[in-house]
Amino acid sequence: MIESHATTQEVHGHRALQHHFENMEQQREAGTIGMWVFLVTEIMFFGGMFLAYALYRNMFPAAFASASNHLDITLGAVNTGVLILSSFTMAMAVYFTQVGKQRPQIIALVLTLILGLAFLGIKAVEYHEKYTDRLIPGHLIPGASFGPAVQEHDQPMDAHKLHLLPGATLKQVEMFYWIYFAMTGMHALHMIIGAGLLIFLIIWSMKGRFDPEYHGPVEVVGLYWHFVDIVWIFLFPLLYLLGRHFEH
Amino acid sequence: MQPIESFEVPAPSKVNYINAQYGLKSWLLTKDHKRIALLYLASITFFFFIGGIYALMIRLELLTPQGDFLQSTTYNKVFTQHGIIMVFFFLIPSIPATLGNFLIPMMIGAKDLAFPRINLLSWYVYLVGGLITIYALLAGGVDTGWTFYTPFSTTFSNSYVVATGLGIFINGFSSILTGLNFIVTIHTMRAPGMTWFRMPLFLWSHYATSLIMILGTPVIAITILLLAFERVAGVGIFDPELGGDPILFQHLFWFYSHPAVYIMVLPGMGVISELVANFSRKNIFGYSFVAFSSIAIAVFGFLVWGHHMFVTPQSVYAGMIFSFLSFAVAIPSAIKVFNWTATLYKSSISYDTPMLYALGFIGLFTIGGMTGLFLASLATDVHLSDTYFVVAHFHYIMVGGTLMAYMGGLHYWWPKITGRMYPEGWGRFSALVIFVGFNLTFLPQFIAGYLGMPRRYHAYPPEFQVFNVLSTAGASILGFGMLIPAIYFVWSMRYGRHAEPNPWHLPGLEWRTQSPPPTENFEVTPIVTWEAYEFAPPEETEVVGRFGPELERT
Repeated sequence: MIESHATTQEVHGHRALQHHFENMEQQREAGTIGMWVFLVTEIMFFGGMFLAYALYRNMFPAAFASASNHLDITLGAVNTGVLILSSFTMAMAVYFTQVGKQRPQIIALVLTLILGLAFLGIKAVEYHEKYTDRLIPGHLIPGASFGPAVQEHDQPMDAHKLHLLPGATLKQVEMFYWIYFAMTGMHALHMIIGAGLLIFLIIWSMKGRFDPEYHGPVEVVGLYWHFVDIVWIFLFPLLYLLGRHFEH
Repeated sequence: MQPIESFEVPAPSKVNYINAQYGLKSWLLTKDHKRIALLYLASITFFFFIGGIYALMIRLELLTPQGDFLQSTTYNKVFTQHGIIMVFFFLIPSIPATLGNFLIPMMIGAKDLAFPRINLLSWYVYLVGGLITIYALLAGGVDTGWTFYTPFSTTFSNSYVVATGLGIFINGFSSILTGLNFIVTIHTMRAPGMTWFRMPLFLWSHYATSLIMILGTPVIAITILLLAFERVAGVGIFDPELGGDPILFQHLFWFYSHPAVYIMVLPGMGVISELVANFSRKNIFGYSFVAFSSIAIAVFGFLVWGHHMFVTPQSVYAGMIFSFLSFAVAIPSAIKVFNWTATLYKSSISYDTPMLYALGFIGLFTIGGMTGLFLASLATDVHLSDTYFVVAHFHYIMVGGTLMAYMGGLHYWWPKITGRMYPEGWGRFSALVIFVGFNLTFLPQFIAGYLGMPRRYHAYPPEFQVFNVLSTAGASILGFGMLIPAIYFVWSMRYGRHAEPNPWHLPGLEWRTQSPPPTENFEVTPIVTWEAYEFAPPEETEVVGRFGPELERT
């Protein structure tokens, strides 16, 4: 097809320009808007679970406080720090790509990947703790259906036993853990997808695919990564912190 | 300013998007939006056929008051599967994925959608979702109703709920990707001079549809996912036994599924805006009102879901607000109807097949919309809830609205899509048959429903038989009417008269390239200097003499 536009002629040479775009600017803009729109769908996707959380927290405040107190706040807090740091390195990766510094860009991407994997590792430790305390709801895992040991008032404190506040029942606690696993599990799935995307970015950066003219993919994955972080920023206080003011 | 006569259609080249490449691979791996539209066209036609068979079985069973053709359990599966196939696999993708896919880039003067690969992916996702659902139907079917209400769907139903849910879940991503692609395309790919308010209204309505697709579909996705987990793993968000709330399911379900009705009808409204303006050869009355009413419908549409739950323990005050908002959503819909009618006033109407469908749409959509107000009123809804009145109401919107618009649009753009004309006489004849058959099917259901015939039963008291006989007779006529276009469309692909680039003599961009278009749509990126629906005054065209005898026809 013959191109008639002068603007097309100038930049048509860029190897990353797809045939249906007029220029790199249009292509980058399309990618960025596309990711923003996708993130809107993600907000709605998580929104359904946030609604369920809000509803049941309002219905069973005591059970949600008991269950929330049983979560490992240290691991949760460390993970929050890890994720915020990974957001920083991701932002640096985007910046280095925009200014065309390949080495720092690769380092920043690798750091982001390592931090992301660290988050997933810590999350796995937490999940395992819940598994040994028999806090996996329903019969999700065969042979380990929900049934935590309950802390009696006259016994010494045991970190592996669930301390039920007055008014809370085990069924309601199970509901909390189902919401907990649904939300953090869905978040972890997004982290895994993000880590996969990062691996692609690292390979492409090493091949020198990106330059100041073409850095859309890094920017778009960056947006995604920050979004997944922000979801956690909401999950952490809702699941771990709210309700701690009940007696412990 | 003589837009029609001033444009030059490039000398017809033999190469177009259909014959540019040959072979199965060139179709299955295509990134061309026009070819993907045809892939969608073939697959939704397939699903429409399956859904139609279920409709046939329902109507046959209801011919007599006793359950003599189907058992109650089979009947439950049949109406459920009719609903699921028709809603998720035909109506929701129908106009956007075929006509929208084909036309959006052409109407804005782009070479393709913003993300051609994602576009192809969306078709594969649709196909996988569809095949899983078909598997579920063959394996034993599903009997929950297309609404999957809990706790029946999670605890009691012994049918393939999870497999069907998985199919719908996957199919939802196809819808999300399509909506995402349309929004980005309309934002970033418009040709020079194609401002927002020069866009054909088809694009505004597709923009509004895409908004609903990206905001609503993720919610049904997570809802179905939670439902499936609840069924498989015995963990419950909706299960009362675990302290869950089945009403939460209904809220989440209708938060998507009510706006989904607007996913179905808004693209239809876009088609009708095109047809009404173009076949009355007059600029649409109140362009910006019609454009913004699409957006208003998308926004209000998200705030009315509670009117599906007037008979649940939903708060009375919430019910009142939902009732008020449901009335409010009728306003932008009415604006459209009034503006279409005002466009017709003192215009030069030609009654070609697409226009017959458009006029049918206006009438049927008005009936469907007005009866919706009965259901949006709290008190009357208690009487009419779960009766055939509801069935008739939403079929007037979904079939009388969306299907009529889809058929009209398909005829209208058929010359552009295939490069061939359909037989006009047969077209008009079948449009009339479909109109008559449709009304005969669903008008009696309003009466039966008002008199108290409940939906979803395979047997009913004998006094309702007369309405059901009428309805079944109408359905047969409707089915016959649908077969005629199916035959002549296929026939015309080979034997139809060759279409000129612009058989209807219209100013839209899609008519300013050859039929069928080349792979990149336009030889040269167009520069838009005219408004949508800007028709040259008749005397000017006459002086120029460009169209000669055709002018008489239009």
